[in-house]
Amino acid sequence: MRVPLSWLREYVDLPATETGRDVQAKLITAGLEVETVEQLGAGLTGPLVVGKVLTIEELTEFKKPIRFCTVDVGSANGTGEPQEIICGARNFAVGDKVVVALPGAVLPGDFRIAERKTYGKVSRGMICSSEELGMGEDPNHGIIVLPPEHEVGLDATALLELYDEVLDIAVTPDRGYCLSMRGVAREAAIAYGLPLRDPALLDVPAPNSYGYPVQIADPIGCDRFTARTVVGLAPEARSPIWLQRRLQKAGMRPISLAVDITNYVMLELGQPLHAYDRTRIDGPIGVRRAEAGEKITTLDGTVRVLDAADLVITDNRGPIGIAGVMGGADTEIADPVTDAETGAVTGSSEVVIEAAHFDPISIARTARRHKLSSEASKRFERGVDPQAAAAAAQRCVDLLVLLAGGTAEAGVTEIAAPSAPRTVTMPANHPDKVAGVDYGRETVVRRLQEVGCDVYGQDELVVTVPSWRPDLNEPNDLAEEVIRLEGYENLPSTLPKPPAGRGLTERQRVHRRVGRALAGAGYVEALNYPFMGQQVLDQLGLDADDARRRVVTLVNPLSDEEPALRTTLLPGLLGALRRNDSRGSHDLALFETGLVFRPEGEPKVAVRLPVDRRPTDEEIAGVNAALPAQPRRAAVVLAGAREQSGWWGKGRPADWADAIEAARTIAAEAGAELLIEADQHAPWHPGRCAAFHVVVDGVKTLAGHGGELHPRVVKALGLPARSCAMELDLDVLEKASEGPVKAPRISAFPIATQDVALVVDQAVPSSEVESHLAEGAGELLESIRLFDVYTGDQVGEGKKSLAYALRFRAADRTLTVEEATAARDAAVARAAEHTGAVLRGA
Amino acid sequence: MSAPNKSYDPVEVEALKPEEIERMRDEAVAAFAAAGDLDELAHAKTAHTGGTSPLALANREIGALPPQAKAAAGKLVGQARGVVSKALAARQAELEAERDARVLVEEAVDVTLPYDRIPAGARHPLTTLMERVADVFVSMGYEVAEGPEVEAEWFNFDALNFVPDHPARQMQDTFFVQGPEGTTGDESGVVLRTHTSPVQARTLIDREPPVYVVCPGRVYRTDELDATHTPVFHQIELLAVDEGLTMADLKGTLDHMVQALFGADMKTRLRPNFFPFTEPSAEMDMLCYVCRGESVGNPDRPCRTCGSEGWIELGGCGMVNPKVLVACGVDPEKYSGFAFGFGIERMLMFRHNVEDMRDMVEGDVRFTRPFGMEI
Repeated sequence: MRVPLSWLREYVDLPATETGRDVQAKLITAGLEVETVEQLGAGLTGPLVVGKVLTIEELTEFKKPIRFCTVDVGSANGTGEPQEIICGARNFAVGDKVVVALPGAVLPGDFRIAERKTYGKVSRGMICSSEELGMGEDPNHGIIVLPPEHEVGLDATALLELYDEVLDIAVTPDRGYCLSMRGVAREAAIAYGLPLRDPALLDVPAPNSYGYPVQIADPIGCDRFTARTVVGLAPEARSPIWLQRRLQKAGMRPISLAVDITNYVMLELGQPLHAYDRTRIDGPIGVRRAEAGEKITTLDGTVRVLDAADLVITDNRGPIGIAGVMGGADTEIADPVTDAETGAVTGSSEVVIEAAHFDPISIARTARRHKLSSEASKRFERGVDPQAAAAAAQRCVDLLVLLAGGTAEAGVTEIAAPSAPRTVTMPANHPDKVAGVDYGRETVVRRLQEVGCDVYGQDELVVTVPSWRPDLNEPNDLAEEVIRLEGYENLPSTLPKPPAGRGLTERQRVHRRVGRALAGAGYVEALNYPFMGQQVLDQLGLDADDARRRVVTLVNPLSDEEPALRTTLLPGLLGALRRNDSRGSHDLALFETGLVFRPEGEPKVAVRLPVDRRPTDEEIAGVNAALPAQPRRAAVVLAGAREQSGWWGKGRPADWADAIEAARTIAAEAGAELLIEADQHAPWHPGRCAAFHVVVDGVKTLAGHGGELHPRVVKALGLPARSCAMELDLDVLEKASEGPVKAPRISAFPIATQDVALVVDQAVPSSEVESHLAEGAGELLESIRLFDVYTGDQVGEGKKSLAYALRFRAADRTLTVEEATAARDAAVARAAEHTGAVLRGA
Repeated sequence: MSAPNKSYDPVEVEALKPEEIERMRDEAVAAFAAAGDLDELAHAKTAHTGGTSPLALANREIGALPPQAKAAAGKLVGQARGVVSKALAARQAELEAERDARVLVEEAVDVTLPYDRIPAGARHPLTTLMERVADVFVSMGYEVAEGPEVEAEWFNFDALNFVPDHPARQMQDTFFVQGPEGTTGDESGVVLRTHTSPVQARTLIDREPPVYVVCPGRVYRTDELDATHTPVFHQIELLAVDEGLTMADLKGTLDHMVQALFGADMKTRLRPNFFPFTEPSAEMDMLCYVCRGESVGNPDRPCRTCGSEGWIELGGCGMVNPKVLVACGVDPEKYSGFAFGFGIERMLMFRHNVEDMRDMVEGDVRFTRPFGMEI
């Protein structure tokens, strides 16, 4: 809502010294979001005067037609002589009154007017258009032709009300009444403690039976309809400057007098109005629901197919308007047309004014259904004062009579469903309890009265809320009115005392630890959008029946290419890898933790539960069952060098082992033991892919995969060669957590070290050899470490040699060489038995 | 060398004459002093203290002396040997110090050499800022609550008093999830949560008051990505429901938060606003932590952070609407509550001078690395 300060002052006697900024601050405190204060006329200085065109000489020797005019500006130019001015516009004639900027004037945009030679003449000023004066858009782009009654030489800045301030207010959905000057004025009056001149307080004639006939078939959708008729309108009558200017300042475009008046009254009182050309309505006006498939051409020229839930205004032929949203083209007020030969103006001379009240929800749905948000629908959705309809119609009639020379017909149609004022009961100290402040009953009552409530009762207040405040329904609504008017800024600052908390949960701690551990290992976190498309799943080489292809799809995705939610973290993370690489960062280690979305079972609808009670556990379970599983994952991707080369020596490229090590790092933070096995799983290299399992409640459970990416995937996604990746399900890991670390017993007796090199088949996993060695070595084994892997001629084709350092120690004595050797031999024997390992050199 | 004199005859032994001993001593001391390095000193040591050195030989002669002469000669030789070994030790120490000084200089390195063998990793500043804010409340006794990102409309809207078709429901541009076959548009009843507030409803349904929780998390709205908007962003939400909570408590809690995050002299300002799930509702601003409000009306000291407004808009807050309590099974006659929520991206932008929202979403390592492990 754009509120010109000059207009606001018509209803509230604000101190003359108050600037727009001052009013803004007051209204913000009262809860109106005044976003900006626009300074109209900023950068504009006169002399700017009314002139009368005396002569026009057409200059034709130039590329475009140019006019050399003489203009009478009275004595404003100091000489009284006609002012000679070159003008490129053509929408004026000799005798017209125009706006002249004389030399010395400065127009908005630092456009300085001076005498200058142009088109072979000396031009001493400029004839102005509304755009040049910063008055707003003019679709005709012509110069301003003023009504003839204005005297030449008159100061045009005052005449055109060029200097003003406009408050731009973002009205919240609960404050529909502030979509009117009346509503904003009421807030300003309260904020300043000044009386309000309510523009809706008009004498309205009583309804009678000879007004324009109206039939309401749906009194729920339309609980009030006022119709008034004005005849004998002068078709040539135009909106006066003040009216046009107020519309312009409020952000609307002047169109024609009748339409401008309905818009003006809507801005003033908040009641949307519609004017019909009476000669174009066939029979009584009706209000009903549309028949599905019915069509209407709205004022904007669009043919709209109606829904059975749309509320429409009809005549005998069918719909003539979408109620509360937009009128139809067929009954539109005709724009005045001037006959080129006779000069006679024809246009609508009889209008029927509609001031009705419609169901907010119905209007909201229709506006949304037809993607048609109008000034009217915006107001009806937020709630229009139903009691203002008659006054608004009257105001409209008055203005048509005054400005268009019309005559109001005596017939007054008013159909209103019976309604009682709404009351809210509230303990008088309720606002005090909500705020934590002792306002006292007297203050509470006074503040409620200021917003228009009637208040009765002592300790228990019975509050009748005003018709323009449909948002006041509950005690807390009334409490807010009191507290905001007493000033949110005056609330004290106190701290509640929560019961002792338990800190973060283990799950939350694990999430933080995993992030820290990965960052500590050199990974940089990236938070990627979870949107993806079919294409990336193809690029990842997933099988047709891969579970990751079962996706949650959005109805309204940002991009049709990416309508689904991620089922794996890899697409986003690999995208970030590629983006970094293309920006010149080639040595990359990235990680992400976040949710993936995995639909389970048959898709279901999440029903809308009631809100007047707590849903039952079954109802909640039913709603939750319609949601996909949303496990938390952690993933890493790597490319380029893991260790850089430098003065210390050579670097090392990132490889599959780094990806698998990242999984070990994460599992360690989660306190879970990771079982690592070779696997073949997209999008990984079939020979360089590990599956990670953990044991959950005794069951071996898959937790993720890692390794080097498949070369085809690398190529399809445009990734750096040999990119690696790993992804783990943190929720699974968390379930496998072995709890707090159990401290090892530390022996201070000397260590006995024995190295063994075992030759096994290439295909035997080292993890198996190691676990058998450990098993066979028994409890004297303190640690085992693989320190070398060798393949080559010395061990034979298809074989590999694994060299282990075994460290033995006893808790209670120094081991003898014999004891250590015996343990080693037992270890080797077991490994030999289970894996076919042969002691190298044996 | 003489054999031990078993006859105890007093024998004049040349080598044990006092002037002879002194000469040997002086020669040894002189040799040590003349040694230029540790090798030369080692040679001198062998020559003057070794088994065949003159003093060692002289010492052996003592045995051949008659008993009455042994004591005097022993003393004489012993003193000389003492002087010699002292001189040797002193010279040894001196030369070692010289050598050490030389070698350590030779071993000096350029300590300014860079070492980026494994470049440091970092956590995303949105993650760490969210944790930091949460920790302020955890230290006050609040607990951290979480909820799903794909959320039922009932939790995202209905339970929070967004009635169907209320304009507020369109204020937030919602991603709707496709329902089962045969449903269209928003009929699935499932959305990407548009705020962290559904966690409020879930928490109230799951727990008995008193409830004091913070809910950090990711939320979604259908904005196109640009310098100041992103369709995927982060919020942190606070909910307190207890007996007798007031708006003053809300104000105090907000003040405490900005003081914990931005400094002891910080404060907040509430302005009336509208949210369906709170009543009364307010917009919350915090004092500009850069200019502390001093740029207002002071054109010489403009503040880019707050646009010389003196305040920075933080988010929305209010007293939990009793209708929300009812929908979640909490008795509004007995309990009241307050809630607030704000965007982490915005706070990161003004707290760390981030100019473009896109920097936070693109995952460029150059942006994230400087933020390190904690914020």
